[in-house]
Amino acid sequence: MTASSSSPRHLVVVGGGMVAQRLVEALRARDTVGEWRVTVFAEEPRYPYDRVALTSYFSARDPEELNLGDPALWDDPLVRLVRDCRVDSIDREARQVTDRLGRVHDYDELVLATGSDAARPPIPGNDLPGVFVYRTIDDVAALRGWVEAKRAERSGASYDRPVRGAVIGGGLLGLEAAGALEALGAQATVIQFGTHLMDAQVDLGGGQALGRLINDRGIAVRVSTATQQMRPARATGHVGRLDFVDGGRLDVDVVVLATGVRPRDELARDAGLPVGERGGAVVDLSCRTPDPHVWAVGEVACIEGRCLGLVAPGYAMAEVVVDRLLGGAATFPGADTATRLKLRGVDVASFGDAFARTEGAMELVWADPVAGVYKKLVLSDDARTLLGGVFVGDASPYAALRPMLGRELPGDPGSFLLPEGAAGGGAAGLELPDDATVCSCNNVTAGTVRGAVTEHACTDVAAVKACTRAGTSCGSCLPLVKKLTTTELERAGIEVSNALCEHFELSRAQLFDAVRVADLHTFSEIIARFGRVPAPVAAMPDGVAPAGLPGAGPGRGCDICKPVVASVLASLGNGHILTGEQAALQDTNDHVMANMQKDGTYSVVPRIPGGEITPEGLLVIGQVAKDFGLYTKITGGQRIDMFGARIEQLPLIWRRLVDAGMESGQAYGKSLRTVKSCVGSTWCRFGVQDSVGMAVRLELRYRGLRSPHKIKLGVSGCARECAEARGKDVGVIATDKGWNVYVGGNGGFTPRHARLLAEDLDDETLIRTIDRFLLYYVRTADRLQRTSVWVDEVEGGLDGIRAVILDDSLGIAADLDAAMALHVDAYEDEWRAVLEDPEKLRRFGSFVNAPTTADPDLAYVAERGQPRPATTAERAGAAGAVLIAGTTLEVRA
Amino acid sequence: MSAQITGTTGTTGTTAAPGGAVEDAQAAPVWQTVCGVADLAVERGAAALVGGNQVALFRLTDDRVLAVQQLDPFSGANVMSRGIVGTRRGVPTVASPMYKQVFALETGECLDPVGFLPVLAAGPDLATWPVEVRDGVVHVAVPTGPTP
Repeated sequence: MTASSSSPRHLVVVGGGMVAQRLVEALRARDTVGEWRVTVFAEEPRYPYDRVALTSYFSARDPEELNLGDPALWDDPLVRLVRDCRVDSIDREARQVTDRLGRVHDYDELVLATGSDAARPPIPGNDLPGVFVYRTIDDVAALRGWVEAKRAERSGASYDRPVRGAVIGGGLLGLEAAGALEALGAQATVIQFGTHLMDAQVDLGGGQALGRLINDRGIAVRVSTATQQMRPARATGHVGRLDFVDGGRLDVDVVVLATGVRPRDELARDAGLPVGERGGAVVDLSCRTPDPHVWAVGEVACIEGRCLGLVAPGYAMAEVVVDRLLGGAATFPGADTATRLKLRGVDVASFGDAFARTEGAMELVWADPVAGVYKKLVLSDDARTLLGGVFVGDASPYAALRPMLGRELPGDPGSFLLPEGAAGGGAAGLELPDDATVCSCNNVTAGTVRGAVTEHACTDVAAVKACTRAGTSCGSCLPLVKKLTTTELERAGIEVSNALCEHFELSRAQLFDAVRVADLHTFSEIIARFGRVPAPVAAMPDGVAPAGLPGAGPGRGCDICKPVVASVLASLGNGHILTGEQAALQDTNDHVMANMQKDGTYSVVPRIPGGEITPEGLLVIGQVAKDFGLYTKITGGQRIDMFGARIEQLPLIWRRLVDAGMESGQAYGKSLRTVKSCVGSTWCRFGVQDSVGMAVRLELRYRGLRSPHKIKLGVSGCARECAEARGKDVGVIATDKGWNVYVGGNGGFTPRHARLLAEDLDDETLIRTIDRFLLYYVRTADRLQRTSVWVDEVEGGLDGIRAVILDDSLGIAADLDAAMALHVDAYEDEWRAVLEDPEKLRRFGSFVNAPTTADPDLAYVAERGQPRPATTAERAGAAGAVLIAGTTLEVRA
Repeated sequence: MSAQITGTTGTTGTTAAPGGAVEDAQAAPVWQTVCGVADLAVERGAAALVGGNQVALFRLTDDRVLAVQQLDPFSGANVMSRGIVGTRRGVPTVASPMYKQVFALETGECLDPVGFLPVLAAGPDLATWPVEVRDGVVHVAVPTGPTP
């Protein structure tokens, strides 16, 4: 098949799920000559989204965060996505499909990617209000709305009990649904027909261990239980009770059905295509139906006699079809049915022949009921080749072992089951062959990951992900990708240590702890104690060490470590940032407490808490800017920036501002910048809380807090979110019951929406929660690491943060609270303190021998009524530009 | 907005004498008294006007004082004195506060251009000035040779 010179051929894809997205993405990546144009018909009114991560929709409520891949795919002129548009019929003879609006579309080739429906088991009462399935974003949103409404009813009742939920089905999906109910604050009971949970993936021993872990989380489990009927509550007609075949009963407010999925094969049936015994359009190993122009991929395809309800085989089918459409001969490589369940505190993984069904297979089991751990390897009859495995409670060996499926394990297989750290234990030392698959979602091998480092010069996991797409779908292979990347970098002699610089081997977080524990207060003490001795320069002039650095000392720091130490000392309450030796550690912005601009002058930003300013305040700023000839601009953080202040003018400017009651805005610091707010309930027709009042309170509380990077907060007075709080490190959004708090957002180069940390908090709980979040970040983040990255990389991610600051899992909450109280007590306006200290004021002289003389090289031109720095051409007198200077600039000959 | 500066006072024209001119001057240096050592903070630079040139002075932990040009070759702004002082493999350095290039204070050599190109025709290195500290007073040699 070659690219024709005529118009491209037309591929119609029916279905807009994960596999359809992958198919279009792969086709557009490989069809470089534009042989095909694609039309995708999606039933849901959305872009394709990550159904595997559906449960995360409870913590990240923005459905768009689940969108898959690069959104630019859908802007491709050869790609058309028709959302909210089911296809109703296929005419195979005419090669046409008819959509739900009756429109007819021709196709050259047709791919069925219609996926599955959640099955509704034929239990009487399965259609009562309050009975849900768990398949789409709309399902999840409806479930959420129901539970919230039930909880609201509860809160008005005279008796207080939580909303009671039941999940029918104890498989992967059922446990995720139970986790979701729990996340919504409902009590959950899992009803399992089989003898143990996840009985399709995990053996009895593993299932029992899993049952205990699930129980420990407060989720009840009933196994070997069949539900006879669901009965309505008399008063409401909503689902109210489950009756079991064994005579047992369970009162419920909500039921989730998670008993399996049914392939959406009605189009194939109606078109006369053969379907499998248990449904699904029958395809061969090239994913083609008996009609040579009709293909099926994903859950609707019946391949090798069965339908596969996992995304990885679906992706593999999509790649096969793309290859075939482009003239290749790829065939389906066989289903990778490895699965992993990720619920907070419950780690389950299974792969390969988990039930040891292979002839002569041997099982090697490690069980520790006390720790709730069950691990099993399935091996060939010679105990050497890995056939499968089950991990419950500790799935750490999974990522490394799964790619070894079907291969000989090196050494004693039992060592892979021992806990990491035990003598000879763990899979840590496992060396993967190059052709072992690391990421099965995207079919990336160990060799490809290694090649990203050795041939494409990737130096971190983020770069490797971008280069290879490994770990970009489900993410379960990321630990392995990280390990491979690190090993390869080390092999290439590229240092991957998290050392700050040549002077400190520690990371910022390690240095923070070290300084705190050792109770050190100056840079000299810190570098003497924790600094490292750098390798000397090979050929020094005259072969002598520079004077003042006798022998091989650790040196005197640099522009990397000094500001870090300055930030650490400031966070630990060491007084004014210009006190003693601390002054020499500060970046110029912190040193003169203003922001350096391109011509060496500075900008000045007084604090305007919450963006609220009186007319008198505006007049003060306006008059100061006018008197000093400064350019003024409104910032993105709802304050006013004045540009063009020379170093020797800064104290004069701040004398005026401080006298008028203003204080430093710390726009120069790695510290709290602003708390942006909308006007809130005091003026707004829609506001439900006083967002400005809260913003002012937060800004005054956290002003001056030094941190690994700048911090911004936002407070919105209602769900309309006019303050754009979810673009901030901490975003607070009013609800009618209190405040929701989101964390880890930012704008900048990699924009990120903040994710929900806690809901419906009262004022005091909100502040305590933010206190702890910020200080935990200040103490543990790396240098220049924004909260968005830190939230992902800190131990346990967002769940881990929740555990630390809401449940005090590390026992440090009281310490964090005390540290914040100290910060609030010790706050002083940095500029006021400088103005009162003649010694500090001396730093602001322009020249040590002419402290009030202006830099004679500064020159400005007027533009739109304000000054700006002159360009090189303007300075040279070109274009007849008229140079101006601020009104107080002295002119020197 | 009363004052005006003539168009010839460009950033590149007024400040640094290149290293060659300084060495010529060493035959018969003319020393200018600038300030007391005590006026300089340890490991924090200060700008000075020396014979019409802008010079950045740095006092190290051993009270040695070094002088380089105040003009940053990578931004064209007079800011070198405001950089962070440190060491690189034992050699005293200053990092430009603008774009963070690192320079050896003793030789003026740019040790790390951090991926930038200099905007000054004179290249990436800083000119240096001889400094003497006598009786707690800092003297800087004024170049007497022809300045470009």
